[in-house]
Amino acid sequence: MSWWTPTVEAAFIAMLQALVILLGAVLLGAVMTVVERRLLGLWQDRYGPNRVGPFGTLQLVADMLKIFFKEDWIPPFADRTLFVLAPAIAMASLLLSFIVIPITPGWGVADLHIGLLFFLAMAGINVYAVLFGGWSSGNKYALIGAMRASAQTLSYEVFMGLALMGVVAMAGSFNMREIVNAQEGFWFVIPQFFGFCTFLIAGIAVTHRHPFDQPEAEQELADGYHIEYSSMKFGMFFIGEYVGMVLVSALIVTLFFGGWHGPLLPPIVWFALKTGFFLMLFVLLRASLPRPRYDRVMSFGWKVCLPLTLVNLLVTGAVILLVSPQ
Amino acid sequence: MSVATPNDTTANDAQADPVVVALMQRFGERAFVEQATLIGMPVLWVARDSLIDVLRFLREMPEPFNMLFDLSATDERLRGNRQGLPDSDFTVFYQLLSVSRNRDIMLKVALAESDLEVPSSVSLYPNANWYEREVWDMFGVTFHGHPHLTRILMPPTWMGHPLRKDHSARATEFDPYTLTVEGQDKEQQALKFDPEAWGMRRGGEDSEFMFLNLGPNHPSAHGAFRIVLQLEGEEIVDCVPDIGYHHRGAEKMGERQSWHSYIPYTDRVDYTGGVMNNLPYILAVEKLAGITVTDRARTIRVMMAELFRINSHLLFLGTYLQDLGAMTPVFFTFTDRQKAYEVIEAITGFRMHPAWFRIGGVAQDLPKGWDRLMQGFVDWMPKRLAEYERAMMENAIVRERTRNVVAYSTAEALEWGVTGPNLRATGCNFDLRKQRPYSGYENFDFEVPLGGNGDVFDRGQVRIEEMRQSLRIIQQCIDHMPDGDYKADHPLTTPPPRDKMLQHIETLITHFLQVSWGPVLKPNESQQMIEATKGINSYYLTSDGNTMSYRTRIRTPSFPHLQQIPAVMRGGFVPDLIAHLGSIDFVMADVDR
Repeated sequence: MSWWTPTVEAAFIAMLQALVILLGAVLLGAVMTVVERRLLGLWQDRYGPNRVGPFGTLQLVADMLKIFFKEDWIPPFADRTLFVLAPAIAMASLLLSFIVIPITPGWGVADLHIGLLFFLAMAGINVYAVLFGGWSSGNKYALIGAMRASAQTLSYEVFMGLALMGVVAMAGSFNMREIVNAQEGFWFVIPQFFGFCTFLIAGIAVTHRHPFDQPEAEQELADGYHIEYSSMKFGMFFIGEYVGMVLVSALIVTLFFGGWHGPLLPPIVWFALKTGFFLMLFVLLRASLPRPRYDRVMSFGWKVCLPLTLVNLLVTGAVILLVSPQ
Repeated sequence: MSVATPNDTTANDAQADPVVVALMQRFGERAFVEQATLIGMPVLWVARDSLIDVLRFLREMPEPFNMLFDLSATDERLRGNRQGLPDSDFTVFYQLLSVSRNRDIMLKVALAESDLEVPSSVSLYPNANWYEREVWDMFGVTFHGHPHLTRILMPPTWMGHPLRKDHSARATEFDPYTLTVEGQDKEQQALKFDPEAWGMRRGGEDSEFMFLNLGPNHPSAHGAFRIVLQLEGEEIVDCVPDIGYHHRGAEKMGERQSWHSYIPYTDRVDYTGGVMNNLPYILAVEKLAGITVTDRARTIRVMMAELFRINSHLLFLGTYLQDLGAMTPVFFTFTDRQKAYEVIEAITGFRMHPAWFRIGGVAQDLPKGWDRLMQGFVDWMPKRLAEYERAMMENAIVRERTRNVVAYSTAEALEWGVTGPNLRATGCNFDLRKQRPYSGYENFDFEVPLGGNGDVFDRGQVRIEEMRQSLRIIQQCIDHMPDGDYKADHPLTTPPPRDKMLQHIETLITHFLQVSWGPVLKPNESQQMIEATKGINSYYLTSDGNTMSYRTRIRTPSFPHLQQIPAVMRGGFVPDLIAHLGSIDFVMADVDR
C-alpha cells in the first residue's frame, strides 16, 4: 500500500466531504420541497401532502419517481442546445456556490481566499440559466419571465455585492472561514444590520422566491421562464430554486450569524439550526405576502436598497478607520 | 297611439309615464305602439328609421337614460299570441336604464325576415357593441355601421344562427358530429388572432408590438376566458377579449324546458351564486302566473340568496388576493365557504347548485334547528372578515397594487353597463335591493356600501362591506322568520304543496300534470331584475301560452363587465390587468350563458 500516502488520504477525505456536502445540499433542496408544502399546509389551515409514508415523509420519493419517469419532452420550436443547457446551468451554478460555505471548523469543500467573490460570480452565472431557458423556449410567457428575471437579477446583484462589503471590511477578508472566525465575539448582524436586511432582500430576489417571484409569477405569467419545461429538466429548475434557498440561508448564517458558532451544542447542529431558521423564514414569507408589481420591485431595489447599502458601506468604513489603531 | 293588450294588464301605468309623454311630444303619437306587458316598464315599438333618433333623445334628455341595460332579439315567427302588435318576424329590443330616474324603458323594433338590418347604436352606447354582435351571432340580424360585426359566442366556423326557431336545439336533431384532421386544422386556424382584422397595427413608430394570447387556459383568467394583449414591453397598448368558450345555450334551453324544469339551468348561469340565480327567473315566472308568495317563502328566499352572496364574495376575496400574489387567503375563505355550505346543505340538501326555489315558494320548509346552524355561521364570519381586512386590505403591498389601479368613474361605468359592486365602487348609490325592492327587501335594515375611487381596491373593499351587510340581513331573517306556508296556495304553484297533494285528488292531478307536462302560463311577457352577486341579473320571459317559455333572455352582469376591459386597461401593465380581472369578479358561465 505504498500509494496510500497521507496526501492521498487527505485528498480522498476531501473528495468524500465534497460529495457529502454537495449531495446533502441537493437532498436538502429536495426535502425542502416537501417541507415547504407541509409548512404551508400548517399555516394555511390544511394538511398538505400527508398520505405517502408516515406524515407524508415519503412524498419526496413519490415525487422523484414520478418526475424521473416523465417523458423528457423538448418542444419542436425550442432552441435545443440552449434549452438543454439552461437547467444544467441553473443547478450547477448554485451547487458550485456551496463549495465556499464552511459548515464546521473541519467541514467544507474548498477554502478559497476569494470565497465571497466566487459566490457572487456564480450568482451572476445563474442569470444565464433563466435567460437561456426563457429565450430558447420560444414562448412569449417564458420570454417575459426571462426579461423580468434578468432585469431583476441585474439590479439586485448590484447591491447584493455592496451589502456584503461591510462584512468584508469588518472581517478584513473575502475568505469565508475568516469571516466566520471574526464573528467569534459578536455576530455581524449587529453592526451590519442594514447589510443583513439588504442582503436578505437581494437573496430572495436572486433566488426568485416569493414575494420577488415576478419571473415566474404564476398568476401573471403562468410559470414564466420554465413554462415549456417538463420532466427532470423542470425538476432541475425546481430543485435549483430550493438549493438556492438553502444556499442563501447558509450564506446569511455564515456572513451575519456567526456560522457554526454557538454555545453548548456541536458546531454542525448550530449551523443546521440557524440555516433551518432562515429556510422557515423563506417559506413564511411566501405564505404571508402578496406580490408587488414588477416595476415597483425594480424601483425599490434602485431607490431604497442601493442607497442604503452605500450609506452602510460608508459608515462602516468610517467607523473602522476611526476605531483602528492608525 | 294604439295600445295592444294581450291581457288586461298594466297599460295604464305606462301611459302616465313622463318619459313616454315626452317621447310622444317629440316624435308624435304615431311613431310608437305601446305594448302592455308584465315587464313593469313602458314597452314601445318604434320604426327602424326613427330608432337612432329615439335612442339619442333618451340618451340626451335631462336625467338621461345613461345605461344600455340590455339589447337582444326574439324570433317571432312561431309566436301565436301577438294580437295588436306590429307585424314582425324578428324583434330587436333595447332596454335602457336611467339611474337618476330609477326607471327603465324598453324599445322594440320589428323586422321582416327578408330585411334583417338595424342601424347600429354603438355610437350612442359603447356597450351595444357586444350585444349587437350577439344578436348577429344568434339571430343573423345585421347592424348597419357596426365596427366589427362578427360572431361572439359561437365559434367563427359555426353555420346558422342558434336562437332562430328553425335552428335545432338538440344534438339528436343534427347529423352525427364528426371531426376530421382537416376540420380540426380549420377550427384551430379560425382561432388564430389576426390583429389587422381588429384594425390593430403590428408595430409602432420604431418598435414591433408583442401580441400575447392570455387564455382561454390561464390560471388568472377565472375560467375559459381569452384576452389578446397588444404589448409594448409590459405595457398594454390595447387588448381584445374573446368570449364564448363557456357558451352552453342556456337561453335556447329555456325554449325546450318546461317553466318548472328550467330552474336547475338557472343555477348554472352564475355558478357561484347558487339559488341567487333562481330568484330573478322565479320572480318573473310568478309575475306571469300571478302568484303572490307567502311572507315565509319570501324571507327564506332572501336569507338563502344573501347566504350565497356571502359565499360568492368569499370566493371573490380569496381569488382576488390570490391574483395579487397572496397565496394563503384563498384557503381561509374556502374554510368559511365550507361553513356556509354546511348550512346550505342542511337546508337545501345540495351545495353549489341547490335549484331550491320553486314557482310559488321554495322546495321544502326549513329543517328543524336551521336557526342554530345559521346563527353559528353569522357568529363565525365577522371576526374572519376583520382578519382579512387587517391582514390583507391594510397590507402595504396590496394597497400599492390596488390603489388607483384601473380606476374608472361612475359615468364610464354606466356607459359600459357596469352594475353591482363594481358600479358602487365608483360611488354610485344604485342597489336594486334599495332602489326597487323585490321579494321583501324593503323590510330589512341594511346599508349599501359605496366606494370613492372606483379602483381595484374599492371593488374589493365594497364587497367585504357587503358581506357584513348580508350578515345583518341574515341575522334579521333568523330573528324574525315569519310563520306560515313555504309555498303559495295557488293552482300554478309547482309542484303543489305535498300534504295537499296526498289528500286531495284535484291537487294530485295538478301535480301529475305539472311534473310530467309542466305548468301552462298565459301569454304575456315579464321581466325581473335583481341585485345578484356580481351585478344586476335579469330574466326576460315571453310566454306564448305554453308549458315552455317562448323566449328566455338572460341578462347577466359579467358580460358588460368584460366588454369594458379594453376601455380601462389601455396603458396599464400586465400585473394590473391580472389585478383588474380579479377585481371584476366574473365567472365565464355568467358571461357566455
